[in-house]
Amino acid sequence: MSTIKKIFGLYGDDDDLMNGVKAFNAKGIAIAEVYTPFPVHGLDVALGLKKTRISDAAYIYAVYGLTLGSVLTWYVMNFDWPQDIGGKPSFSWFTNMPAFVVPMFELMVFCAAHMMSITFLVRNKMYPFCPPQNPDPRTTDDKFMIEFLSDDVESIKKLLVETGVEEITIKDA
Amino acid sequence: MSGHYEAPIREPLIIGHKTYHDISNDIARPIEERAGKLWWVSIYVALILFIYGFGCIAYTIGTGIGAWGLNRTINWGWDITNFVWWVGIGHAGTLISAVLLLFRQRWRMSVNRSAEAMTIFAVVQAAIFPVIHMGRVWVGYWVFPLPNQFGSVWPNFNSPLLWDVFAISTYFSVSTVFWFMGLIPDFAMIRDRAKTPWTKKIYTFLSFGWGGKAKHWQRFEELSLVLAGLATPLVFSVHTTVSFDFATSVIKGWHSTIYPPYFVAGAIFSGFAMVQTLLLVARKVCHLEEYITIYHIEIMNIVIILTGGIVTVAYGTEYFIGWYSGSRYEDFTYLSPGAATGPYWWAFWALITCNLIIPASFWFKKVRTNITATFIIALVINIGMWFERFDIIVLNLSRDYLPSSWTMFKPTIIDVGVYLGTIGFFSTLFLLYARTFPVIAQAELKTILKMSGKTYKAKEGDEHH
Repeated sequence: MSTIKKIFGLYGDDDDLMNGVKAFNAKGIAIAEVYTPFPVHGLDVALGLKKTRISDAAYIYAVYGLTLGSVLTWYVMNFDWPQDIGGKPSFSWFTNMPAFVVPMFELMVFCAAHMMSITFLVRNKMYPFCPPQNPDPRTTDDKFMIEFLSDDVESIKKLLVETGVEEITIKDA
Repeated sequence: MSGHYEAPIREPLIIGHKTYHDISNDIARPIEERAGKLWWVSIYVALILFIYGFGCIAYTIGTGIGAWGLNRTINWGWDITNFVWWVGIGHAGTLISAVLLLFRQRWRMSVNRSAEAMTIFAVVQAAIFPVIHMGRVWVGYWVFPLPNQFGSVWPNFNSPLLWDVFAISTYFSVSTVFWFMGLIPDFAMIRDRAKTPWTKKIYTFLSFGWGGKAKHWQRFEELSLVLAGLATPLVFSVHTTVSFDFATSVIKGWHSTIYPPYFVAGAIFSGFAMVQTLLLVARKVCHLEEYITIYHIEIMNIVIILTGGIVTVAYGTEYFIGWYSGSRYEDFTYLSPGAATGPYWWAFWALITCNLIIPASFWFKKVRTNITATFIIALVINIGMWFERFDIIVLNLSRDYLPSSWTMFKPTIIDVGVYLGTIGFFSTLFLLYARTFPVIAQAELKTILKMSGKTYKAKEGDEHH
């Protein structure tokens, strides 16, 4: 039987949580997860999280949207059914392009914003009716929870108490 | 802690002695408690207007556009006036939530949620007008470039009206996504304290399982920042495109190069006035006086002074150039001596009084920190900005190139009904929102409690002195 346990520590303040995270880092104890009611400034750095890449993805989506806008306007106005509208014939996309800037721009924003939001949901494994991912409902209100996966329950408990934790829960992993 | 430091001379953004838990309680209260009498009365009035307007829309669709007061000279009337008015109102929401996020304005956090809700609901109203103006609404989807069985026949991408289709639909859907993504952590807060199974189910659906993990918050902040970065040029592009509907035409008074910046400033001007109108009521009804403080109201009035000032300069320029050009036709445009003394003098002076003269009283600190005065002036600006669009459209069109075609516009009861109906629809949506959604972005607000909360600021002050 595995002796690995899930240890949850509940802090009552973001400053206590940050001190706790620093104390565990100093001892080299790995933190499995932290749940907070709001984005705590500097927490991602303290936990050693890498920079998120969803903004890079948004850039790719924006390029895709702009390309879509360019191809669509070229196909509709210059290729599939070219017309002389108001004495302004559709000879080439480049000479007509200034008139297409607005739709091209809007498609760029549309694709970047929507696809980035979808990426955000997929990466976070979030979907409608998804059960709450936080183990304790108080962590969306005013409590800050730190989670460990370890067999060394006693030393983690000790350090949690030293850093001013309000409540400790231990569960089988 | 140094990360929480803010200069003591800055006014607190959250007053009263609040803790994180108090913020949750205050934001969840309107959702969890029963609605008051005022809410019920308001929603009934709004619903009656909405139903009346819906009837008028149905009558318009059944009868045709002839049900409106349009004629051969004045072929755009109240419909496009109302369209531009509603789109303009929407702009303040995106400005508050996106532009002020990029500028790191913390006061934004108490008002952005409701301002964005206002944006979305206003754009819904705006979209109604061009759609029913098409006449045959059932072929409304033809405005989108969809393959079809006619050849294919495509929409004309040279047309500013098609640009508008793209601009408005992108604006609506991106604003909705931006708003909803920001709502997820707050829905999760409501979910986690819900007592009845139905409430729990609804908010579990809406919160998408949000748990506030550290990595998720990191992505969330990045998402908010990038969406704000996308929404900022978007909001400017939308009213610019709306102004292109006029500016790229050949109608005198319309084909003016000043229109894009002037429309954007006017949109923000009217939008902030509407935010003030709605929030002054909401803060009272939902007891949010400690979050939406006098300081918030004052700072929004300062934005009104700024954008109102831009509008004033634009009016002055139009009026001067109209006179200076010496062109006979320019004497009939909506900002000209001819307009000030012609048959539409009342519309001209309504515009000048409501948009330039009365809002100028915000230069006095006493006025802009007074709630009653702010509420009245905000209503006046809403009326003034409606008249601006009415003047641009009806006044300019009423004087055709042929004096024999000169005529006046008279709205029918259907015109009035559709307009009142959109006000009812908008109010219905906003009232429902105020009872079911967290009206303040509480998760964001909690991040500034230790910087800008009154209790914490007082403590900081003690430590530094």
